[in-house]
Amino acid sequence: MKRWRLMRHIGAKVARWLLPALTLAALVAIWQLAASSGALADLLGLEPFLVPSPAEIGSALWENRSLLAENARVTLEEVLLGFLIGLVAGLGFAVLLRLSETLRRAFYPLMVGSQAVPILVFAPVLVVWFGYGIWPKLVVVALVCFFPIAVNAADGLRSVDPEATKMMRSLDASRGQILRRVEIPTSLPFVFSGARIAATYAPIAAVFGEWAGADSGLGVLIRLDSARLETARLFAAAAVLAAIALALFALIALAERRIVTWR
Amino acid sequence: MVSIRAVSHSYGELEAIDGLDLELPAHRVLALVGPSGCGKSTLLELIAGLQQPSAGAIEVDGAGAAPERLARCALMPQRDMLLPWLAAIDNAALALRNRGARRGAARAEAGRLFEQFGLAGFERARPAELSGGMRQRVAFLRTLVAGKPLLALDEPFASLDAITRAEMQGWLATALAAEARSVVLVSHDIEEALYLADRVVVLSSRPARVAAAIDSPAPRAADRDAAVTQPAFVAARERAMAALHGGSR
Repeated sequence: MKRWRLMRHIGAKVARWLLPALTLAALVAIWQLAASSGALADLLGLEPFLVPSPAEIGSALWENRSLLAENARVTLEEVLLGFLIGLVAGLGFAVLLRLSETLRRAFYPLMVGSQAVPILVFAPVLVVWFGYGIWPKLVVVALVCFFPIAVNAADGLRSVDPEATKMMRSLDASRGQILRRVEIPTSLPFVFSGARIAATYAPIAAVFGEWAGADSGLGVLIRLDSARLETARLFAAAAVLAAIALALFALIALAERRIVTWR
Repeated sequence: MVSIRAVSHSYGELEAIDGLDLELPAHRVLALVGPSGCGKSTLLELIAGLQQPSAGAIEVDGAGAAPERLARCALMPQRDMLLPWLAAIDNAALALRNRGARRGAARAEAGRLFEQFGLAGFERARPAELSGGMRQRVAFLRTLVAGKPLLALDEPFASLDAITRAEMQGWLATALAAEARSVVLVSHDIEEALYLADRVVVLSSRPARVAAAIDSPAPRAADRDAAVTQPAFVAARERAMAALHGGSR
């Protein structure tokens, strides 16, 4: 009986992954056929070398592995450091807004409004301000990560049941203890959804930062290959960037599962 | 222990409580019953020092200012408000931790009561793994472990089914017999109030006034089922019921 249930559990898990995996495989297969037969190029009215097949992208990935790895390391550093700066600043700011109603009323509407502002277009300005090194990229990535994390964390800290606050006050809790023992744990699921949004923006922000001015990184490589019509390597660089984004997303999902164990 | 004199309270235009006088001697249980929305929970929060009344004076154990009342009273809110990320024992030990006790010491002190409260073996269980009755007992334990002279219980068993509620009333009666504390209990259940309290105060609908004060004939009797069918108990219940219905008209 127990073994049967375990089998069914594994079966359900496989079924959940199997269908999307098969769909992905089917899409890649269709692309392979359409590209290698020249049908896709004909359809787009392009020379066949501009429309690489998955197999060609795969071999470009392998042949350029050290070049891609070198540039991926630069971009990964910008993404991770920028994300961490945005995370720490966003959480700190959210706590500040929770502790001061005046600050909250002053800043919260601006924070929500700022999410409609395309921060990425300021990347060239930041290069003028912060120079050619890693800093303008870190600032773009951190800014892009800051807002979703700060807004979600601020909402999470406010979502505490007022009855829980009364209970804690009646049990001699200080303001700081209510924050630490009740408000911060309550806000964690909100913080993680903010972090997931930030994680999807961070690699795009790093590439924008590199486009504004850099001599290495996947963004630089993508722009060079685009100018040189090296489409297979262009796709390979894009695939590496996608892998960085997915890895960051997966890391956050894993952290959430390890930390938020009560849901 | 608790003395309430000419207390009125309003939220803006809304008058919640109007000129209330109440007394609770030490180590007694006072129950507040009344129609829903009559301001019972507000009164409890005022007594517990979570708010200051608009007018009048409240003293708990000789202390009049709200922060001093807060220091002398532990509130058990209507829903259990157990923190889902903490184990049962850490929920029970919250007050000790808030006062700066180390985790080990706080657990040891709160853990001593788990056996007596029928919670032995569930120290490390998260609230989601406990039944409704057990959660309520952990919430009461958390209130008791705070070690305050006055307990303010806001409809502690309202969320439970009828059978579990009767069980929990018997259990609370035993717990109060073992551990002499002064208690203000808000309830919407007259039978529960008369069984658990020494004195039941029936409040009118908003703004709350005292509609009747009835002494219980058999507070916390050992045999609950026998006690609640005694003629004196039935008569007291009928008086309370009449006051309640008169008060809500």
